[in-house]
Amino acid sequence: MEIAYFPGCTLKTTARALETSALAVAKTLGIAIKELPSWTCCGTCYSLAEDDLIKQVAPIRTLARTANLGYSILTTLCSVCYNTLAQANLFVKAVPTRLEKINAFMEEEANYAGNVEVKHFLTLLQELGAEKVSEAVKRPLSGLKVACYYGCLLLRPQNVAIDDPEQPSILENIMKSIGAEPVFFPYQVECCGSYHTAVKPEIVARRAHLILENAIENGADIVVTSCPLCSFNLKERQKDIKRLYPGFKGLPVFYFTEVMAEAFGITKILKGI
Amino acid sequence: MRLVLKRQDDLLKKVEEISGENVFACYQCGKCSAGCPMSTEMDLLPNQVIRLLQLGANEQLLDCRTIWLCASCFTCTARCPKGVSLTRLMEGVRLVLLRTTKEDQVSPKEMEKEFLPQVALISALRKFTT
Ligand code: SF4
Ligand code: SF4
Repeated sequence: MEIAYFPGCTLKTTARALETSALAVAKTLGIAIKELPSWTCCGTCYSLAEDDLIKQVAPIRTLARTANLGYSILTTLCSVCYNTLAQANLFVKAVPTRLEKINAFMEEEANYAGNVEVKHFLTLLQELGAEKVSEAVKRPLSGLKVACYYGCLLLRPQNVAIDDPEQPSILENIMKSIGAEPVFFPYQVECCGSYHTAVKPEIVARRAHLILENAIENGADIVVTSCPLCSFNLKERQKDIKRLYPGFKGLPVFYFTEVMAEAFGITKILKGI
Repeated sequence: MRLVLKRQDDLLKKVEEISGENVFACYQCGKCSAGCPMSTEMDLLPNQVIRLLQLGANEQLLDCRTIWLCASCFTCTARCPKGVSLTRLMEGVRLVLLRTTKEDQVSPKEMEKEFLPQVALISALRKFTT
């Protein structure tokens, strides 16, 4: 069954590496995902107000278009888009009048009935099973120690969590199935500082420093993540970390799909690690 | 914490309305503050924000840095033993301020200095502007 794919803005700009590698991984594994022919911003970040329906229009418009094309599942790669779409979906489904109002407002779209399921690409991989992933491995990453970083939006709030919010294992299982070795990493669910990176980069650098040091202490060679925002904060903020903490050695950060593509023999980016 | 007790319930009402949360469900155990990733940067601890709401001590609350430093990470919500979503309450206080003062907390100009991911730009504008 074909699954609709919503890329989101960031995957077309700073997180191209996530999209390219994930599409290659999906192709190798035979997961049929297809980009929606027209989509808008997901409406991030998810509005936490009960009384501000206009903030839900962007995600619900995407879900309406998905349903109208006959899809029942929408997948995303970006954790932020996943969280926004999944929370908005639950929000409008919880109270029928919310959906009615939004449908009336989006008169140019077909009505949305709440019948699309939002699934992160990681969930699709989990459903496919570790064995299938292992079968596709051409170059096992044995010896590679990986710190799996989840951040917030895949795990919280609980009603949209793709795994246990405090002790997740979905990324670890995938890393194991491609031959890599996940390390103990208690800071894997700590917030990286999120959008504060646009306003208060030093705060984010301090957060990222704590998280990366925790990965280094536990012997990680690399960190993997699924979020373009976490990736930016953990990767690009390393120059700010080095300024604030001159002893900081640095640690490579990749999208989990980049590491999978490496194991599947599609790319060679881990040379020297 | 020293307070001038001049109880004003209007803020509390609005915050509860926007967030859909009951401020008085909180029994001040402090678990939210214990796990808050931003607490080291904050002037008021997250549980103190709720306490001030309970007490109706609006001035202290509306002047604090804490509500703007909260990153909506949902850690407190995931861990609260009373099921209170402080994440939503924080948003409630921010929104009351943004809606009443109509003052943006940041301008796009301040964010132009580097090539940021869109999600960071859009999220920050949504959180910090009216
Ligand atoms: S964890 Fe919950 S009950 Fe405890 S202080 Fe925080 S909000 Fe109140
Ligand atoms: S949602 Fe805000 S208050 Fe709660 S733990 Fe995260 S940063 Fe702290």
